[in-house]
Amino acid sequence: MFGLDAIDIARIQFAFTVSFHIIFPAITIGLSTYIVVLEGLWLKTNNKIYYNLCVFWAKIFAVNFGMGVVSGLVMAFQFGTNWSGFSAFAGSITGPLLTYEVMTAFFLEAGFLGVMLFGWKKVGPHLHFFATAMVSLGTNISMFWILSSNSWMQTPQGYEVVNNQVIPLDWFAIVFNPSFLHRLVHMGIAAFLSTAFLVAAVGAWHLLQGNKTDENKKMFSMALWFIIIVVPLQFLAGDSHGLNTLKYQPTKIAAMEGHWENIGDEPTPLILFGWPDMKAEETKYKIEIPVLGSLILKHSFTEQIPALKDVPPQDRPNVPFVFWSFRIMVGIGMLMLLLGIVGLYRRYKKNLYQGRWWLRFVLLMGPSGLVAILAGWFVTELGRQPWVVYGVLRTKDAASAHGDLQMSISLLCFVVVYSFVFGIGYFYMIKQMKKGAISQPIDYAQLTHREE
Amino acid sequence: MAIDLSLIWAALILIGVAMYVFMDGFDLGIGILFPFVKDAEEKDILINTVAPVWDGNETWLVLGGAALFGAFPLAYAVILDALTIPLTLMLLGLIFRGVAFEFRFKATPSHRAFWDKAFVIGSLIATFFQGVTIGAFIYGFEVVDRHFVGGYFDWFTFFPLFCGVGLIIAYALLGSTWLIMKTEHHLQAKMKQIASYLVGIFFIVLIIISIITPMLHKQIAERWFNMPNIFILSVVPLLVVLISYGIWKACHKEVHSSPFILSLFLIFLGLFGFVISVWPYVIPTSITIWEAAAPAQSQLFALIGTLFILPIVLMYTAWTYYVFRGKVKAGEGYHH
Repeated sequence: MFGLDAIDIARIQFAFTVSFHIIFPAITIGLSTYIVVLEGLWLKTNNKIYYNLCVFWAKIFAVNFGMGVVSGLVMAFQFGTNWSGFSAFAGSITGPLLTYEVMTAFFLEAGFLGVMLFGWKKVGPHLHFFATAMVSLGTNISMFWILSSNSWMQTPQGYEVVNNQVIPLDWFAIVFNPSFLHRLVHMGIAAFLSTAFLVAAVGAWHLLQGNKTDENKKMFSMALWFIIIVVPLQFLAGDSHGLNTLKYQPTKIAAMEGHWENIGDEPTPLILFGWPDMKAEETKYKIEIPVLGSLILKHSFTEQIPALKDVPPQDRPNVPFVFWSFRIMVGIGMLMLLLGIVGLYRRYKKNLYQGRWWLRFVLLMGPSGLVAILAGWFVTELGRQPWVVYGVLRTKDAASAHGDLQMSISLLCFVVVYSFVFGIGYFYMIKQMKKGAISQPIDYAQLTHREE
Repeated sequence: MAIDLSLIWAALILIGVAMYVFMDGFDLGIGILFPFVKDAEEKDILINTVAPVWDGNETWLVLGGAALFGAFPLAYAVILDALTIPLTLMLLGLIFRGVAFEFRFKATPSHRAFWDKAFVIGSLIATFFQGVTIGAFIYGFEVVDRHFVGGYFDWFTFFPLFCGVGLIIAYALLGSTWLIMKTEHHLQAKMKQIASYLVGIFFIVLIIISIITPMLHKQIAERWFNMPNIFILSVVPLLVVLISYGIWKACHKEVHSSPFILSLFLIFLGLFGFVISVWPYVIPTSITIWEAAAPAQSQLFALIGTLFILPIVLMYTAWTYYVFRGKVKAGEGYHH
């Protein structure tokens, strides 16, 4: 298909299914935590605005969660169907981590989800709150294990290779591998932030429609407080993640910077924009700021950062892809910061809930967090290439020996089904969002009993 | 090593598979029975009997996959490689039926008929290919040098396809008896009638599978028909006859939960027979569980957590079933 071989198609299929999938858990993590906060605030303050918001977002959460479950199911089996080389080689590490994820996270989420969504009339308010909290805890634990597993593939340690199979030696070293905590913090914040932007955008849409209800103002305001506090933290987390990558995956950093070679003792400049040309081994049409690269990555005026030409061509990732994905992520981050600052200023000026251009800006930024997450994952996953387990197993040795035709058909099936099913899913989610938070009759079991 | 970790893991995976078949079995069965219910209100009841628990039910499948991946990576690689096509189709089926739960309630009225169809067809496809997987598994895969070397349509033979159809009957039986327990009046009466037919058909399916299975591999025939096994194991078919009759009989009486419990027993016997046949192979008849085992460090690490957490999982799963106990009534505003 288009001159691609089976491995390319397997990679495209994995990228496609995982990119579709990651959106759902990111919202699941953020939204479930937000719902816990709302329900907790309602129980504490007895303010009905929180209850109405809680019911409203739980409906959107339900649609999103279902799609996350079924798209995640595909991921769990795709290791085996398309990447049997990887499964046989590293299943001894990835498998137990996934087992822990299922045991400690998936059961928790799925088990308590029924009570959270359908149990309002069946259990009392505190038990219901507990169920909601367990769902949220499950989504967060899930992130812990899956990022540990992914980070081990980025910065493997605590193992040896015997007979072409990985033998785990030190599980603590494996789980808490060098890039894990950086990735966990960066991705965790990203999940919360992308949800905050979604919530803010839904608020903005309703405010633009003239629905200036207390609920819409409340969620808009909550989201903007969160954004202005957390976006700067994300810059710090991203910076420290970058320094960690520099230490353990220098080639990835070189690709992100489009930095091909060090000349003499010259400190490394920062390339803002340009076009990395893999054949010519240089970044063309570049706009660069001298010394800034050294300053950002080494916090020094003289030290050089590693360059792409330090490694042979077959060990380099696809540079333009990594270079540009990184710029998209950082660019969105800057827009987010701008939005947060403008929000703070308008709050101070007491016109937070009005202004067409302001509200339109917030609405447009609704999906920005999710786009940034995708761009960030493209940086880290494509930047790891040509390795699937960095420095240990090459991607080409990880794939199953399927034929081009079979892989093409299966990719086509996934593209058609995902676009159709999840496309409609988004449509229903947006439909729910447009309905807005309306005043709900409170139907907690104990409260109804009391009224009787 | 004193403790046989592979043995424990094989047992745990079997428990996981059994839990999956028991729980997602009636869940998928409801999808299969859906076309036999015409009334819109009764359709909603069908969905509402499982809506709060289907997510949890499906998680057992993920556990089975992950545990196989962790404890027997070689088997995971070979089986999934060999069954890529049926498993992919099963996943696509599960996608359609999974989203249908939420979508049919959120959909614009004109879309609902579509999602009802997606629910039915998705359930059928997922069940059929799970059956194919079991059949192809018993049949075995061509393995050379720890890699699958067979063709990608090796599963497309009579026995696996028949197992696919057989599993549809089995899940429909579980679904219908579950509904006898969870519904009342007209719907319950209808399900009793359907269940009484299904148990007869399932009985015939079991007989055919029991005849074919020993013919597939010499080892399986020896396992069942050697002395003294034949005497001990003859209890299994005997129990199958008794329980099948019990279900049929119960369907003609004023009962609620006994047909479902008996059906679970019947399915359990089917699984038991399956284990007797394939033990101790994880790829019949070429790779045993010990040959496919992950390093002991992997099996032990995952086992410690599992032994602590699995009982807790079972406890809160039981609790959620307890919260949603009893009959589901028409128009019960479960859904938001």
